[in-house]
Amino acid sequence: MAAIILVLYTIIAGFLMPVPALPILHESIRNLYFHVTMWFSMVIILAVSVVHGVKFLNKGQRYNDIVSSEAANIGILLGILGTTTGSLWANNTWGAWWVNDAKLNGAAISLLFYFAYLILRSAIPDEDKRGRVSAIYNIFAFTMMLVFIGVLPRMTDSLHPGNGGNPGFGGYDLDGTMKLIFYPAIIGWTLLSVWILSIRVGYKVLIEKIQNN
Amino acid sequence: MRNKYALGGIFLYVIATVYTSYLSFKNIIHPATWNALFWIIMLFASINAISKSFVQDSNGRQLYYYTILKPQMVILSKMVYNAILMIFMSLLCFAFYSIFINYLVQNLPIFLLSLFLGSVGFSSILTMVSAIAAKTNGNFSMMAILSFPMLIPFLITLIKVSKLAVDGIDNSICYPYLLVLILINIVVVGLSYILFPYLWQD
Repeated sequence: MAAIILVLYTIIAGFLMPVPALPILHESIRNLYFHVTMWFSMVIILAVSVVHGVKFLNKGQRYNDIVSSEAANIGILLGILGTTTGSLWANNTWGAWWVNDAKLNGAAISLLFYFAYLILRSAIPDEDKRGRVSAIYNIFAFTMMLVFIGVLPRMTDSLHPGNGGNPGFGGYDLDGTMKLIFYPAIIGWTLLSVWILSIRVGYKVLIEKIQNN
Repeated sequence: MRNKYALGGIFLYVIATVYTSYLSFKNIIHPATWNALFWIIMLFASINAISKSFVQDSNGRQLYYYTILKPQMVILSKMVYNAILMIFMSLLCFAFYSIFINYLVQNLPIFLLSLFLGSVGFSSILTMVSAIAAKTNGNFSMMAILSFPMLIPFLITLIKVSKLAVDGIDNSICYPYLLVLILINIVVVGLSYILFPYLWQD
């Protein structure tokens, strides 16, 4: 419920509230509420996935494996949405749908990592083995994602705001109204994905119960 | 040395690939092309060399290792062995490539350093991925699918730093890239060391 309110607030306020008027960016600055916040909640939900993967490695509970894989699925969905919104923004601001940028390459590679994770999961028939092997790959994927999105773009030049000498969005936010939407938006998307996660996990658990009976 | 033919096969693969590129390109003058082609040859040679490091062990041998060794020792020793193999292979590849295609390197120490880090990185990434891929009943396409996301950024950084070395750029500009390579190496080796015992228990 709170998730729906927060996301609705993000969408309505994100489109209607005043934003600082800037050259080049203009109204496209509103994408901050969608693109950036989606990446944030993607990292959060993928962290959930990794934590449950580690738990599964230690204890071997089926439940942890289900949560881990479903969280990864939702993370992939958010990643695709984040890439799409970013691409729309890039077309307006940088003049191309895709540019050769350190952070974009990192994002593409990370998505590739998680697609490989899905294929790996589908390739192993035995449940216990599948959980263990995919949890190990999951930990690799998450660590590498942090390196590729978080560390590498800061070491080389990136067109992204906040990297390579470009000012971050904090510098544009003149009167703090953007923060009023930005932080609730992160919480909203995260809660929404946690809600989807709980439904999907409950569904999977029920199916397993029926199959076991 | 258990299987000499495998070692010979890898060296022959490298020489044959370099010679094929010599026949198709004759002489490459453009540094970027020279550099990229070299690393692509290296990439596929290393995938060929390392991808079988777990699949080739029979179940009996794995059980034998399992009883006498700690799993960490198994993965580390495989990585060290593959790293040494890759270093020899990269030096051989570099020598043949220089003879047949062209020699354009202006900052040799940095280039050799990137060659060394690249060999160690390829071997550690591919050893761990081959251990994971071996769990999916030795599917070869699995190896490529699982390793490419890890290899591509590593390879791109390698190509960047060795391009700088080829152009004879000053050392100080190369250091951040070398640092990235070392960082990825440490992350991969550390994670493999921690996670391999879980993969091994069957």
